[in-house]
Amino acid sequence: MNHLSLIIKREYYTKVKNKSFIIMTFLTPIIMVGVFSLVAYLFSLNKNTAREITILDESGYFGNNFESTEYTTYTYVSGKTLGEVKKQSEEEENYGLLYIPKADNIDAVAKQITFYSEDSPSPNLMIDIENVLEKEARSLKYKEANIDPALIEEMRISITANQETYQGEETSKEGSVIKLIFGGLAGYLLFMFIIIYGNMIMRSVIEEKTSRIIEVIVSSVKPIKLLLGKIIGTSLAGVTQFLMWTILIGVLMTVVPLIFGIDLDAMQTPQQEALAQVAGEGGVENKIATLMMEVYNLPLLNLVIMFLLFFIGGYLLYASLYAAIGAAVDSETDTQQFMMPILLPLILAVYVGIFTVMDNPHGTVAQVFSYIPFTSPVVMLMRIPFGVPIWQQVLSVVILFGTFIGTVWFAAKIYRVGILMYGKKASYKELLKWLKY
Amino acid sequence: MSKLLVAQNISKNFGEFKALDDVSIEVPKGSIFGLLGPNGAGKTTLIRIINQITMPDQGKVILDGEPLRPDHIKNIGYLPEERGLYKSMKVGEQALYLAQLKGLSKSEAKAKLKYWFDRLEIGDWWNKKIQELSKGMAQKIQFVVTVLHEPKLLIFDEPFSGFDPINANLIKDEILKLRDDGATVIFSTHRMESVEEMCDHIALINRSKKILDGKLIDIKRAYQNNTFDVGLIAANRQEASGLLSEKFNVQPASFKSINDDLKYRIQIAPDTSSNELLQYLASLGQITHFNEVIPTANDIFIETVNKNN
Repeated sequence: MNHLSLIIKREYYTKVKNKSFIIMTFLTPIIMVGVFSLVAYLFSLNKNTAREITILDESGYFGNNFESTEYTTYTYVSGKTLGEVKKQSEEEENYGLLYIPKADNIDAVAKQITFYSEDSPSPNLMIDIENVLEKEARSLKYKEANIDPALIEEMRISITANQETYQGEETSKEGSVIKLIFGGLAGYLLFMFIIIYGNMIMRSVIEEKTSRIIEVIVSSVKPIKLLLGKIIGTSLAGVTQFLMWTILIGVLMTVVPLIFGIDLDAMQTPQQEALAQVAGEGGVENKIATLMMEVYNLPLLNLVIMFLLFFIGGYLLYASLYAAIGAAVDSETDTQQFMMPILLPLILAVYVGIFTVMDNPHGTVAQVFSYIPFTSPVVMLMRIPFGVPIWQQVLSVVILFGTFIGTVWFAAKIYRVGILMYGKKASYKELLKWLKY
Repeated sequence: MSKLLVAQNISKNFGEFKALDDVSIEVPKGSIFGLLGPNGAGKTTLIRIINQITMPDQGKVILDGEPLRPDHIKNIGYLPEERGLYKSMKVGEQALYLAQLKGLSKSEAKAKLKYWFDRLEIGDWWNKKIQELSKGMAQKIQFVVTVLHEPKLLIFDEPFSGFDPINANLIKDEILKLRDDGATVIFSTHRMESVEEMCDHIALINRSKKILDGKLIDIKRAYQNNTFDVGLIAANRQEASGLLSEKFNVQPASFKSINDDLKYRIQIAPDTSSNELLQYLASLGQITHFNEVIPTANDIFIETVNKNN
């Protein structure tokens, strides 16, 4: 059998059969879904404890405006002094007491409204209460000024500007968000993949060095073949693990809420609910349709092809560097000094991607970083959903693969020399010398 | 005798450092060739060049009449000094993998492994992981993997390290048997008694240069210098001692003897025969011991290297 496929097979199977690999494959989704479910559960628990709120309205302005909901009960009291009600409310361990004093006019009342509670109350609740008060106070003031509230309502107008590119393509704010999500996800996925499986490659090179099998192997195969086999085998194991994670998380996310009856929607905060309501005014179905259109309008084919190209190119670029580091050191503790130059451009890429691309996908900074091969996979992947001219994408891919060939050559040199150097602490100066061997 | 391996004028530099400087060796077919030298002399570099792990800067290697090619790998079995196996892999899986890398098919490899495992009585290790085995046990597997594909040329770098005397002897016998079956062996070691016992030819490398090579017996002949260990019971010890010192180059010697005799190591001039020495000794007293000193590999090693330095 061909050497390369033998090596790939061995690397793949030893990775996949490794106990900690198997445990991580199954444990990670369980932990992720578990934590998520726990948070959702705790959140719903929090909401289920109904809040009792007493209202003492001496002004008489706010008749029955507070409506009790599933989670909050409002009780009106009257004919008692503030002191009495406060005491009673505290004894009954009510969540809070809303006190609206009597005053000459609505403005004076508004300034004196006080909410008493055990601790400082939840900001969401206060926003809710203030909204009710403001709405009623406003309509009272309209009445005082002899303005018909209905007329005011009619005069209110909300504007959402239509967005269209010069080429006549419709865009929208929601569309931008979706593009960001798509691009961000792709970039972040690559980032994670590089770090997790790059490290795995590095460890596997170090293992061959420390177990001293390397000289036996390279007397049978060329180091470059071993290097490539290692990278490919580990990547396949990585893809397997990622697929398993996706499937398991998908299954668990559907099954767990059903079993434990956790309402994942409960995660939505009141503001989100309010937003959803505002957005819903145009009809929920309509919105979903717009979103679907936005997804459909994404350059999907372009995205998929480029995702594959940048993913492979970017991953191989970094993987070969990780392998070179593994060859240059004797143990994992010695890798520190070499890790920084690898992690720095990666982290930079993610930050540039998140902050610059979000702000201006086609600005100078975003453009420059989408050509630099060490940042281009992440940054370009984030830019593509916003529509990048094909020539720019091609140029970036060409630069990436050109650099990839360069780094593999560099890594192979370091690797070839490094794997046979035992007990020598490699410095950058030493590595430069190795290139000439 | 035809040569299986010829290395011609090999030079190799690592940056400023000269690892090998114009080294040539010729390994006759069917011989055991000792590659000797102090630590850091360049032996491992030369071995790695023969294995095509490192490329020489200058010079060429010819294997069985052909310039070395990548597919010659399957004709060479190499047991490196720095050796090991994948710790978490099972013995059988690992041996199969390494055998297949050497170009054997899976079924061939299985059959041969079974033969060797039975022969060395290690058949029940097949499903064990290397980390469960002792160092000596792992070395045995390493040995099997090295010879499994029946290469024409076997290269052993310190093959006995990590073995107890019983297993070292077992491996020694296996190596001799492989030689008898037609393999050629290059053997690098610091254990001079093994060289003495096994090698037909040696080459000595010091400070990246070859300083000595040839048949071990020829080298010994060249290094023998008319020296004899002598035991003598003389009536007058002081007189005998004085007379001998006048006539020959005499040094005190130490060898085991049950008599209370004088012990000397005597070197005679090249044109003097041993009979002359014997006759003279007989005239001084009773000879209890007379033995020509043959230089050992150890003596040759130390003397040559020291002279070279």
